[in-house]
Amino acid sequence: MGLHRVSIFLESTPALMSVVGHAPPPFFKRGPAPLVRLAFFVSLSLILLVADLRFHTLEWARLGVATVAWPLQRITWMPIDAAGDVGGYLARQSTLLKENEELRRRQLGTANLLLRQQHLEQENVRLRALLDMRARLPVEGRIAEILYAARDPFSRRVIIDKGIQHGISAGQAVVDDVGIIGQVVRVFPLTAEVLLLTDKDQAIPVEVQRNGLRAILAGAGAGMMELRFLAANAEVQVGDILVTSGLDGVYLPGLPVAKVVKIDRDSAYSFARITCAPLAGVERHGLALVLGGRIALPPQPDDMPSIAEQPARGKRVKKKAH
Amino acid sequence: MQPTHASRRILLPVRNWFIVLTLFLALLLNLIPFGRLPGIPDWVALVLAFWCVHQPLKVGMAAAFVLGLAMDVADASLMGQHALAYVLLAFAAAGLSRRVLWFPLSQQALQLLPLFLGMQLVMMATRMLSGAEFPGVLWFLSSFTAALLWHPVTYLLLIPQFRPEDKDVHRPI
Repeated sequence: MGLHRVSIFLESTPALMSVVGHAPPPFFKRGPAPLVRLAFFVSLSLILLVADLRFHTLEWARLGVATVAWPLQRITWMPIDAAGDVGGYLARQSTLLKENEELRRRQLGTANLLLRQQHLEQENVRLRALLDMRARLPVEGRIAEILYAARDPFSRRVIIDKGIQHGISAGQAVVDDVGIIGQVVRVFPLTAEVLLLTDKDQAIPVEVQRNGLRAILAGAGAGMMELRFLAANAEVQVGDILVTSGLDGVYLPGLPVAKVVKIDRDSAYSFARITCAPLAGVERHGLALVLGGRIALPPQPDDMPSIAEQPARGKRVKKKAH
Repeated sequence: MQPTHASRRILLPVRNWFIVLTLFLALLLNLIPFGRLPGIPDWVALVLAFWCVHQPLKVGMAAAFVLGLAMDVADASLMGQHALAYVLLAFAAAGLSRRVLWFPLSQQALQLLPLFLGMQLVMMATRMLSGAEFPGVLWFLSSFTAALLWHPVTYLLLIPQFRPEDKDVHRPI
């Protein structure tokens, strides 16, 4: 107990004993009180949170730290890479044979389309010239490997092995052999982050392939997506294929995105709840194709009268009192 | 009756480079891309809590803040999310340090479990306020793994401080 009392005495003695030229013994130097330090660091973190969330001003810091930490990250992938190699080595021959056969069959199935594609494209160019429409430019792609899923459990992101060095920039669409899987949101020198379609922050303009109905598809988490803001009586059926409409200028039109799996038309709400499942292997790993950026859409005409000035249709225009 | 310290061994003073090394190794362990595998502990939080409990004067909220920033970048998460959670964890662990070391290791782990869970709750609150999705209940499994690992980690990190067996009978301790 005696020792305990001494320690209390020592703690309660302030560092007042420091005479000029006499530094206090080092065990008196405690710095600010813990609560003060806590308040300081918590407020600093909150400032960072707001700065990143609201103003997106910290991307340069992130880029710098990520570049410095790149070799370390490469080292930490070694165990996973090794495990993958061992797993690949142990893969059954029958699995490989089956996969090979499946791929050959699919190639034959699409050969017909591929052989005629060039012909169709030229025909398309001629028809578009006849119709005096803007030519649809071919978009080149760059093959990238999906390295791993980001560790952050709150969002759906994957890291691919191409970055600024390979000409990738934020905003490019990423597809696999079936359809769209996401969009590049952040680029580092040698890697890039792809936000998957199923993330809650991701939205993509689509149209129903069957009838051309336009809508916005947004991630709903848990590997699903939701078709938002469609009226309860909208012409959508279970099994409909949704393709990109290309209205946003990011995604090429006509790429398959998702399939409608469930429609909940509750008359209590004005919108139907339409659940969709992604067509591409969004949650799978493997190779992906990063499509080149599209040309900017023509600027919106600004000589049009703004909507606010026009009287809304169906409403009576109030006459000005004289 | 006063409970005794479980290890009852007199430890050598800790070396600063060893603390830095262990925190760095924990950071490396956290960088291993396990994806969404549940139950992988947050190694940085575990080692940080350990040093905050054992050496509250050397490792504190400043270290927690810097490590949190590093994790924010590595995790591609919101800037400040890990920093905030780690700072709160370091504060709580340092507050616990006077008391918790008198208990046997299993009970220490039980007392640290709420800290780890609280840290995860803080992270979840910050992310869900910013509109992210719920990561699922299984995500909280990593706190329980961290608490289970408290026992082996204590022995592992105290190895350099264990006084070598001294046969000299004339020494007082």
